[in-house]
Parts: sequence; C-alpha cells; structure tokens
Amino acid sequence: MKYNSMDEANKAVIDKITGSAPFLVDVVPAKEKVKELNDGKVLLHAGPPIKWEDMTGPMQGSCIGASIYEGWAATPEEAEKQLASGEVKFIPCHHVNAVGPMGGITSANMPVFVVENRTDGNEAYCIMNEGIGKVLRFGANSQEVIDRLKWMQNVLGPTISKALKLTEDGLNLNVMIAKAITMGDEFHQRNIAASLIFLKEISPYIVQVEMDDNDRKDVIQFLADTDQFFLNIAMATAKAVMDAARQIEEGTVVTAMCRNGKDFGIRISGMGDEWFTAPVNTPQGLFFTGYSQEDANPDIGDSAITETFGVGGMAMIAAPGVTRFVGAGGFDDALATSNEMAEICVSQNSNFTIPTWDFQGACLGIDARKVVETGIEPVINTGIAHKKAGMGQVGAGTVRAPKECFEKALEAYAIKLGLI
Amino acid sequence: MLHTIIKKNSYQDSINLMLLTNSVSTMEGLNKVQIMMATPANKDIFNTAGLHTPELEAAESNDMAIVVDTDDASLIDKVLEKVDQYLKDQSISNKKQSFETVRTWDKAVDALPGANVAMISVPGQYAADEADKALDRGLHVFLFSDNVSIEDELRLKQKAHDKGLLVMGPDCGTGILDGVPFAFANVVNKGRIGIVGASGTGIQEVSTIIDRLGEGVSHAIGTGGRDLKDPIGAITMMDGIRALENHSQTEIITIISKPPAEHVRNEVMELLQSLTKPVVAVFLGEKPEQYVGNVYQAYTLAETAYIAVDLAKGNEVKPDYNAGDFTVANTDLKEGQRTLKGLYSGGTLASEAAILISDALGLGTHIKNEEGYVLKHEGHEVVDLGDDKYTQGKPHPMIDPETRSKFIEEAGADASTAVILLDFVLGYGSHDDMASALLPSIQKAVATAKEDGRTLHVVATVCGTKNDPQSYDGHVKALKEAGIIVKETNNEAVRTALSIVGLEVEDYEKKHVEGEKSGKEFDLSVSDEIAALVSDRPRVINVGLKGFTDALADTGTQFVQYDWRPIAGGNARMAKILSLLK
Repeated sequence: MKYNSMDEANKAVIDKITGSAPFLVDVVPAKEKVKELNDGKVLLHAGPPIKWEDMTGPMQGSCIGASIYEGWAATPEEAEKQLASGEVKFIPCHHVNAVGPMGGITSANMPVFVVENRTDGNEAYCIMNEGIGKVLRFGANSQEVIDRLKWMQNVLGPTISKALKLTEDGLNLNVMIAKAITMGDEFHQRNIAASLIFLKEISPYIVQVEMDDNDRKDVIQFLADTDQFFLNIAMATAKAVMDAARQIEEGTVVTAMCRNGKDFGIRISGMGDEWFTAPVNTPQGLFFTGYSQEDANPDIGDSAITETFGVGGMAMIAAPGVTRFVGAGGFDDALATSNEMAEICVSQNSNFTIPTWDFQGACLGIDARKVVETGIEPVINTGIAHKKAGMGQVGAGTVRAPKECFEKALEAYAIKLGLI
Repeated sequence: MLHTIIKKNSYQDSINLMLLTNSVSTMEGLNKVQIMMATPANKDIFNTAGLHTPELEAAESNDMAIVVDTDDASLIDKVLEKVDQYLKDQSISNKKQSFETVRTWDKAVDALPGANVAMISVPGQYAADEADKALDRGLHVFLFSDNVSIEDELRLKQKAHDKGLLVMGPDCGTGILDGVPFAFANVVNKGRIGIVGASGTGIQEVSTIIDRLGEGVSHAIGTGGRDLKDPIGAITMMDGIRALENHSQTEIITIISKPPAEHVRNEVMELLQSLTKPVVAVFLGEKPEQYVGNVYQAYTLAETAYIAVDLAKGNEVKPDYNAGDFTVANTDLKEGQRTLKGLYSGGTLASEAAILISDALGLGTHIKNEEGYVLKHEGHEVVDLGDDKYTQGKPHPMIDPETRSKFIEEAGADASTAVILLDFVLGYGSHDDMASALLPSIQKAVATAKEDGRTLHVVATVCGTKNDPQSYDGHVKALKEAGIIVKETNNEAVRTALSIVGLEVEDYEKKHVEGEKSGKEFDLSVSDEIAALVSDRPRVINVGLKGFTDALADTGTQFVQYDWRPIAGGNARMAKILSLLK
C-alpha cells in the first residue's frame, strides 16, 4: 500500500470527496453517453448485477415500460416475453458511470443529466425525475407513464439541455447543495429547496430558449410541481464525486451503496469495482392508507449513493421536515440518527454545514471498519415501492445497509493486502 | 359510507398527515380513513384506496382532505375533533437528554474534549482492552469491571503509572472524586479527609460515618481489591497517597485495605510515615496495639472514621473507639438459641463482622472465604452475598433482595439462631428502598421463630448519608418501627449482636509511640495529570452501565455516555481483521 496507514489512505479518499467540483452541464439521451445502450436491446438497472428472473415486481414493471417506450414491444405481454427470453441485456447503471432511482431502469432514448466533476474530469449520469404517483421507477408502465417519458424525451430534456448551454459554465452543484442543506433538504427524502434553487437558476435561461410557449409553460409547471426533481441531480452529483474518490484505490471508505431489490451492494475504496453483497432489508416507514408493511418491496435503487456521499439519511438532522420518518421522537430522533451516523464516518464535510446540527458538516466518508466495529449500519431514507409491478409508491421510510456487505469487503481487502 | 371533510388552505406536510392518519385510524367504528393534501397525485392515491369522493375532487392542492369510510355518521365530528386536537398538540413530546451518547471512543473524546476519567463497566473479558484505550487517550481509569486477570491489572497499572495516570480498579466498586460519586457510592459532604481504599464497602462505611459525624471527604480513591497483593505492589494505592499528600485541601489521609502482602505493607507503611500529613490506616484483620508516628492504625472501619474526624477537628486521638456498652435488655433467648447469622450485601462489612465475631470467639482475626462464607463456626455464619458464588446470573444483593430474603427466612427457621445481622447500604447504584424490600421476609422469619416459641433478634446497620438518593432517616425509622435494633456503625451492630449471645471483643488501649523513620527517601511528587485529577471536578466518559450516569448528572458533572458494545458484535474473526486493517 502506498499509504503509511489505513487512516492516511482514507484521508486521501475524503480529500478527493471534499475537493470535487461537480457541475450540471447537460441533458442528453442516455445512448449518447453510454455506448453500451447502442448495442441492441440493452437496459440499465439499479443495484449490483441481477437477472430478470431475480428482479422484484417494480423493477420488472419498469423493464416492461422501458421496452414499450423504446418501441421493442407493443404490449406488456410481448415485452415480458422478450425480457424473459434473454433478448434484452441488463447492465448495472453503476458499471457505466450512471445511477438510477428505484428500479433504475434506463434505456437508450431516456434523457439523462450529465454531471461533470471538474477536478477529475469524470462524468456521471442519471435519468430525470418523473414526479410522483404512477411512474416508471416504481414499476408503473401504463400509457400515461409512457406518454410522460416521451414528453421528457422530446420537450423537457431538450429544453433543459438548451438552457444549460446558455449558462456560461453549467450549474455549480456544490453551491446549490450547500445552500439547500441550510434550507432543510437532505437530498434523498426531501429535495424541495434544491429543486426550487434549480428552478431559480434555470428559469432565466428557459425563458430565453426558442420554443413553443405552451411547451415552455409545461416545462416550468412540471419543474414547479416536482418537489423531488433535484434528487436525480443529487444522485448524479454523488456518483461523479464518489467515482473520483475511487481513483485512490486504497482505504476502507465506502464508495458506493446500491440495491436491486434482492441484494444490497457496496464498494470500498481499496477494492475498486468489486461488489460486496448481502440480501437487502425491507424499508420500515409510514404507508399510504390501504397499504402496509406487507405490501412493501424490498429495498431497491441506486439512490443510496446520496448516503454514500454523506447526505440522505446520514444527514437526517438537516431536514426537520422529514425527521418523523425515523420515529415518533421527531427532531431528537433525527439528531440521534445523524450523531449515530457520524460515529461511522471518517470526518465531516465542511462544504456542507448543517445549521440544525450546530453547523457541523455533513457526514463524510463512511468507514467500513467503523460499521463493522460498532455494528452501526448506515441508514438510508427511501421511498417504498409496492412489491407488485405498477402499483407505484406506497409509503416512505428508512432502511439499513446490511452489515454483512461491510464484513465481506473488509475481509476481501485484508486478503488483498496479504494480512490474512 | 364515505364522508369527506375539506379543511381549506390548511397545509400540513405529508409525513405529519400520515402520522395523523395512523392516529385517527385507531378510532373504533371507522372502516378506513385517509388524510392527505388534495393534490392531483394524492387524489389518485385516495382513488386507489377506494376513498374518492366528489368533494375531494373539487378540493385544491392547498386543502387538507379527510375522507372517512364509516357506517356511523355521528363519528365524523369526533374525527374532526381528533384531527384538530392532533394538529394542536403536534409539538411532539420533548424528553431532552442533557448529555450526549456515543458509540465510539473517537466520538466520546470529540464530545467531551476535556474528559480526564473513563469509568469502565464493560464485561471483564473486554475490560482490559477498553482500559488500555482509555490510557492511550490520556484518561485516568475507574475500572468497575471485574474478572480482569492479575497480569492485565499489573500491566495496566504499570502503563498508567508510567504515563502519570491512575487505574482505580479493576473490580473497583466505589469512588468519590471531588464530591462526585462513582459507581456504588454515597453523597458525602466535601471536606478535608482524603481516602484511598482497596475496598468498596469499606470506603462507603468510612465515608458515610465521616459525613454523619459532620466532617467531609475530599476524595475517595478506590484501588481495586488486589492492589496491595503481591504482584501489583500497591501501585495505585501509593500514587493515590501521593496525590492526596499533594492536594492542599486534604488534611488527613485515610487508607483502607485488607492485610497487604508483607513487603507491600512495609513499603506502604514507609511511604505513609514519610508524609507530612496525619494518616489513619485500617488493614482489616490486623488488630493494632499502638499508633506509630503520624500513622494511626485502627481496628475497625468505624474507628478509622472516628480517628480521622478527631484529627480533622484537632481533637486528641483516643486510645480506642471500639469498646462501649452494647447490652440489650430482655434478650429472652431459648435454650440452644446461641448463634449469629450475618447476612451481608457489603463484602467488607461482612469481613468486618467475621473478624469481630471470630475475635470474640477467640479464633483470631484472620479473614477467610469459603464459598461466600467469611465465617462458619459452630453454627455462627457470616455470608458475603455479593460473592461471585451468589451473583452468577443474578443482580448484586445491594440491588436485588431475592437471595438475601431466602437466607433471612432460612436463618429464622434455624432453631439455633439468636440474632440476624444485616447491612443496608444506601447510595448511588443501590436499591431504592431495601428496607421495604427486605421487611416482609424479616417479619416472616421473626414470626416463624415466634410460632416456635423463640425470640429472634434482628440487628442492622445503615450505611448512608442524609443526602443519599434513598432516605437514611427513613430507612432507620422504618427498620426501628419493625422492631429491628439499628446501630450507627457495623462495629456497633456486630458488638450488639455478640452481646445478645453473651460474647464480647476485648480491645486494646493503643499507645502513641514515635515513628521510626526508615531513612529511605520517598519521591512524593505526582504527575501533572494526577495533580489535575485531584484539583478539579472530574470530567467523565462513562463506558458501559448507563445507570452510573445518574450520580454524574445529579452532581452537575460533565460527562458523555459511551454505549459500549463488543467490537464487531463479538465476532472474533472480524475483530481480528479490524485489528489488522490499521
């Protein structure tokens, strides 16, 4: 190892994280950035690698929707047949510099955000947020869903792309995140402040884009209505930053956490691209009427990249508005949660200071060693999908990353270093 | 049937409304209820739940919609009432903890950067490791944990000594640092008498008598029971003595121990005789015949306290404090009723009872311990119910009355029993009201004896102060009202019991002789860390038992609670990997 100690290696990793300069620079069809999507029928999915038959309902529903959206199939039945026959190739988003929420299903023509990390020159991608209700990421695939995706492809994506090109430099995401965290966002369960900041930054440019006025009105209305719009930008940001941190190639800092509905996967800085997996937990939370814990799909989505980055559940204390997802104690429970998460992190991120935490910085660098030593598993704020495809979101709550992933990662790293 | 209530322009966030929905759902007579803001997306959710109504459809995004499915329309008003009440009371209960709880050493030190003492009460097998970590962070250690090997104890104490730190323990039950009770300790007035003790209840007995006599304690430093044994060589005791010698508010130094190993005793005595301050020493089981120089050796714990108080007050020290008139009128004993049963929760108090009884029986004053019995002779018994033999998988008898109740009832049924001797140890850590907890079995024992035509005497001592969390006066009163003879000190209680069966202890009139200076030069200086420990209020990281923070909180002491758990949940392989990934 080129570092004198594990602490020193981890310090190098977190320096990469704090030194990163992510910018939102464009929105393009996924196939322009992910060359693998041009090679026949290919879908990206959330989490570590998974086969069609192992996918849970929402992810399968998303695949069906994406097949119809891409024109591979005319009906859900036809799509399902193709998918089950192995005609469609699956690649984890994480393997192609991308992340995807919930099912994370990303196909060639879906517009993706392009986040560039200017310190290291790497990019990360994430599809755009469709709003709430019947949406593809929760497995819905009705005509309404497909129509919205088409509109995003034809109107929303190109408009934001054009608007971003009018900016001199793209949008500086560190600044937007730093502002929004003081306004009560934790970037997983709550993104309303960041979404408003995004709208504030982008609308002066949207009004300059040459386009149909009704389309312009629809775009602004959609951005104004979509409280979680920034979540997907935050995910691409976190991915761009954590991928840069992976270049250190030593240390025990967690560089990715994601779930595919079956397995929870993590990467640590010292083990490069290797996934360490364990069966996912099922989120606990509050449910819409008519639904209960029974209906909850096991944990799913790449959105835990936000927690990897130190926000989301790790920064629960930043978002008093959503603290009650962690329990009836409200603010005190949120404080206890963030304090607990600080126990398993290397340091705190001075870029993102949290007023409600007495201006302590957000968590920085989950140390897999500390997770194993204390048994404190990282907490993830998450939406809860119905386990049946197409039913959509049924609640929201929290879930823990299984300790076993971290144990496996440390064991593999100790073997790699020749320590055992 | 569906009923809709629309609260116009009444915004609540969705989580709050989910909690509200859950709360309202608990009302009887409702089939279903959903409360949400009437946004288009939420209207879909109402629809899916079968709760869509025209009124809902007409509502707007900033309206709160309550849709209730019930067969009893009269409930609608109640639902509305409940909703309004909930929204009014939504300031959720706020039970603020005034201290921080952490899960790692790093965070503990972050949370209390000025910490100087770690109080450690983790399971024995992990205790040495945690003590090591505390010493590495420059913290003095109060090690409550037991089952630490003597090798580990020696290593820790040597390491601490080299770093200028104190290891109080292992198996250190009691300490008082600048008035702050550690573990099982009493609320004792602050004053000019300093204590270093290798015995928990020994410190409790001496410090509470000092308090009740109107004097006070500067510090009571526990050393752990083995400190004066051979391999350890009184490392902590001697550092503690030096600390008190250098502490200007301490005028009298008191040391408490079982008889030390011979050469350790000599070394400690030489150190004591080189001090500038008067010293009271008790080595339980040694029956001193004289006071030597500045060192006043006592026979009993009570005598130790009395001498210290007289020295503090500038009174002349008397030749003996133990003897007195302990006769009890109308003992009314039946033929064959001649034995004493000492049933103790405090180990050192049990030992003291055993010493006095065997002294009275002419058996000498050595302490032994056979299966928890510190005395077992011709029916006389003194049991240390806090011995490992009785605490396997059971709480200590200072916390839990069960084992002692059983022994009391057995003693009552034994026709030879004349007296049951009991201690009631108050203070932090102990049971809230042991008098009330034990009285039923005491009364049962007395009644059993009475049915058998015997008068059973019960003699008790209460070890505590007026400021203890339990009521000292209340305990004494409750016991006396129950017909129990309550004595000020354990010494008096035991002698009272002895007199009931016609026995008594002969005491020496101790002469005061000049000390022999050994000529050996002792370095009496202490490290900056130890000087700082005794010159100020401790700042504590409590590693383990949360209950120990009560005393810290009550005394306004700065502390942080470290909710300790075994590394990697006790997974040995992962613990090893963690130790390698440094």
